Amino acid sequence: MKLSSKHLLGLYKMPAKDIELIVETATSFKEILNRPIKKVPTLQGKTIANLFFENSTRTRISFELAERRLSADVVNFSSAGSSVSKGETLKDTARNIEAMKIDMVVIRHNIAGTPHFLTQVVKSNVINAGDGLHEHPTQALLDMYTLQEKFGKLENVRVCIVGDIAHSRVALSNIYGLTTMGAQVSVCGPATLIPRNIQMLGVKVFHHIDDILPKVDALNVLRIQLERQAGGMFPTLREYHRFFGVTKERLGRVDHPITIMHPGPINRDVELSADVADGPHSVILEQVLNGVAVRMAVLYLLSATE
Amino acid sequence: MSEMILFQDGVLIDPLSQRDGKYDVLIRNGQIESIKSSIELKKEYRIVNLKDKIFCPGFIDMHVHLREPGFEHKETIETGTLSAAFGGFTAVCCMPNTNPAIDDESIALFVQSQGKRANGGIVDVYPVGAVTKRREGKELAPIAELVQAGAVALSDDGAPVSDAEMMRRAFEYAGMFDVPIIQHCEEPTLAKHGVVNEGFVSTSLGLPGIPSVAEEVMIARDLILTQYTNGRYHIAHVSTAGSVELIRRAKKEKNRVTCEVTPHHFTLTDELVRSYNTNTKMNPPLRTQTDIDAIKEGLRDGTIDVIATDHAPHSLDEKEVDFLQAPFGIVGLETAIGLAMTELVHTGILSLNQLVEKFSVNPRRIVGKPITVEEGQEANFTFIDPNAEWKVDIGQFKSKSKNTPFGDRVLKGRAVGIMNHGQLFLY
Ligand SMILES: [Zn+2]
Repeated sequence: MKLSSKHLLGLYKMPAKDIELIVETATSFKEILNRPIKKVPTLQGKTIANLFFENSTRTRISFELAERRLSADVVNFSSAGSSVSKGETLKDTARNIEAMKIDMVVIRHNIAGTPHFLTQVVKSNVINAGDGLHEHPTQALLDMYTLQEKFGKLENVRVCIVGDIAHSRVALSNIYGLTTMGAQVSVCGPATLIPRNIQMLGVKVFHHIDDILPKVDALNVLRIQLERQAGGMFPTLREYHRFFGVTKERLGRVDHPITIMHPGPINRDVELSADVADGPHSVILEQVLNGVAVRMAVLYLLSATE
Repeated sequence: MSEMILFQDGVLIDPLSQRDGKYDVLIRNGQIESIKSSIELKKEYRIVNLKDKIFCPGFIDMHVHLREPGFEHKETIETGTLSAAFGGFTAVCCMPNTNPAIDDESIALFVQSQGKRANGGIVDVYPVGAVTKRREGKELAPIAELVQAGAVALSDDGAPVSDAEMMRRAFEYAGMFDVPIIQHCEEPTLAKHGVVNEGFVSTSLGLPGIPSVAEEVMIARDLILTQYTNGRYHIAHVSTAGSVELIRRAKKEKNRVTCEVTPHHFTLTDELVRSYNTNTKMNPPLRTQTDIDAIKEGLRDGTIDVIATDHAPHSLDEKEVDFLQAPFGIVGLETAIGLAMTELVHTGILSLNQLVEKFSVNPRRIVGKPITVEEGQEANFTFIDPNAEWKVDIGQFKSKSKNTPFGDRVLKGRAVGIMNHGQLFLY
C-alpha cells in the first residue's frame, strides 16, 4: 500500500484511503513507541531536514523524535523572525537542500502556500508542518487517529471545533480530513472568528456552545490568542471564557461524556478549564503520543513513494 | 384586598391588537382583568374617567441621556425618569455616554437598579451598552456580558463607531445575541468641528458647518456593512432628506435597518440658529425645510420607524457660553408628545394609530420589550389628551435641566398620565 502523493501538503482532497493508511500505519508505530526499545531501522541512511521558519517547539520536537525513532539522519534549520524577504530565502534554502542530497523536508512557515512552492523547486518529499493560516495536516491526522482510537471509527462521529476558526490551520485541516472520512463536523466560536462561507466545506456553524454540546461526541478546543482581542475580534478573555469556555459545569449539563481534544498549548481557564483539561474525558496527552506515531507513519509512507 | 381600577369611556388605541375605539378596561392589581366595550360598575372599583382621552400601550423613548453615573449635575436617573413619567413615557433606553461609560456589566446593572429605585420604578430603564470599550472605537466592549446584564441595544452614541472594520466586527459579534447597533451617524472627517448645519445659514452666521453628507456617507457605508454581515442596524436621530432616501431604498432591499427621528428635527429649521441661542445647538444640527418635509414623508410612509427625543440635558452654566463652546443637545422628554401631536397628528401627517406605532410598538419591537394589551397581561399604558392646548412652561420641567428651544411654545395635545407595574400616575 502506498500513498497517492509523494508530498504531504494538506488534507484538502486527500483520498480517504490515504488517511486510512496513515492511521493504520500509525497504530503499528504506536505499538513500537510503547516498547522498551523504541527505535526501528526503517529510515536508516535517509536524511531529513526540518525547516522551521516559525517557532514551534512542540511540533519540531514531535517530528524530530519521529525521525530519530525511524533511525533517519536529522538536520535542523530554523530562522523564525528573520526579516529577509521570505521568498528569496526559501528558494536559496531549497537550492542548498538539493545540493546536500536531502531526502525529505519538513517545513513550517508563517506564509500559506510555502510548502507548495517548495515542491516546485526541490525533488525531496515535502511535509507541511503548518503553513500560515492554511493547513497543518499532521496535526489533523493525529487528531483523527486519536478519535479513531476512541470511537473505533470516524464515520458519523460528531466533532465540534471550538474557538478561533478564522485563524486556525488546525481547524481547516481537521475539517478537510474529517469530512472526507464521513464525520459530522461543526464549528463554534464568536461570529467574528468564524470565516465567511465556512459552511460550504460541509460544516455547521454555532455561536452558542451550549447549543452544540448535546449534539457532539468530541470537542477539539483551539487555543485563543490574545492578539485577536487587540484586533477587535472579541472583547475580553473573561467574556470568551464565560461564553465559549469549555468548563466542567457546562459539560455536566450534558447527559453523555464528551471527549476533549486540544492541539496545545492550552490557555488554562480561558478556552478550557483546568479540571476539564486534566479530566477523565481529556485525551490531550494521548494526542501528544499519537502525534509522534502519526509523524512516523507519514515519514515512512512518503519515503516509499516515488 | 385586591385593588380594582376601571378605565372608563376612553379610546383605546393598540395597533398590535388592532383596537382603535371606545373600550372600558378593568385592572386588578396592575393586571388587565378585562377589555370590553362596556364594563358594569361595581362600588369597589376606582373609576378613572377617560372621556375625550385616549390610552395606548406605554410609550418608550429609546434615545435618552440620563447622565448618571458621572454627570449628575445635568440629570440623574431619578429626575430623568420623573421627566419621562410627566412626558408620558413608561420606559426609556439610556445611552452609554456616562462616566464611566456603560461598557461593563456592573454599570449596566447599576443603571437598572437606580431605575427600579427611582419614582417607585414606574418608568422602566433599559440600558444601551457601549459598542466599544470606553466608547473609544478601538476594541469591542464585552457585548455578551452587557446583553446578559440587560443591555437592550448597543451604541457609542455621542460619537459614531467610525472605523469601518470595527463596525463590521460589532455587527458580527452583536448578531450572535440579536441586539441592534444604534449608530450616531456622523463621518468625523466630514463633520470636523462643525456646530450647525452647513448651508446658507452657517455661511451667513460665520459658524462652521456640519454637512448633511457627513450623516449620509456613514449611513451608506453602514447599510453596505449591514447587508454584508446581516447585522441589525438602527440609525439614531435621522436629520437629512438624503438619509431618509437611503433608508427607504435599503428597506426595499430588505436590509435589517430601522431608524428614529427627534421631534426637533421635524419641527425646527436652522433658521432658528440666527438667534445664536445655544439651545438651538444640537447634533445632528437643525437642518432645512426640505429636510423636514422629507422626514415627515418618511414618517408617513413608514421609512422612519420611531420618534425618540435624544433627551440631552445640560446645566444652565454649560449652555450659557458662546455658540462654539456650548455643548450639543436639548431636553426632550416633556415636549415630545405635544410636538408630535401638534406637528404630525393635528396636521394630518400621522394618524393616532401611527403615532402609537412610532412611540410604542416599533421602538419596543426594536429593543425587544413589546407590550401586549390583553387580559392577563400587566397594564402598561400612556394616557393622552389629544386636544388639550397648553404652553410649554420650562419652570414646570421635572428634568434637572431646562435647555430647550421650545419654551412658551403653544402645543395641542399632551400626555396626562401613565400606568406601569401596578402604579397609576395621572397629572
Ligand atoms: Zn447621537
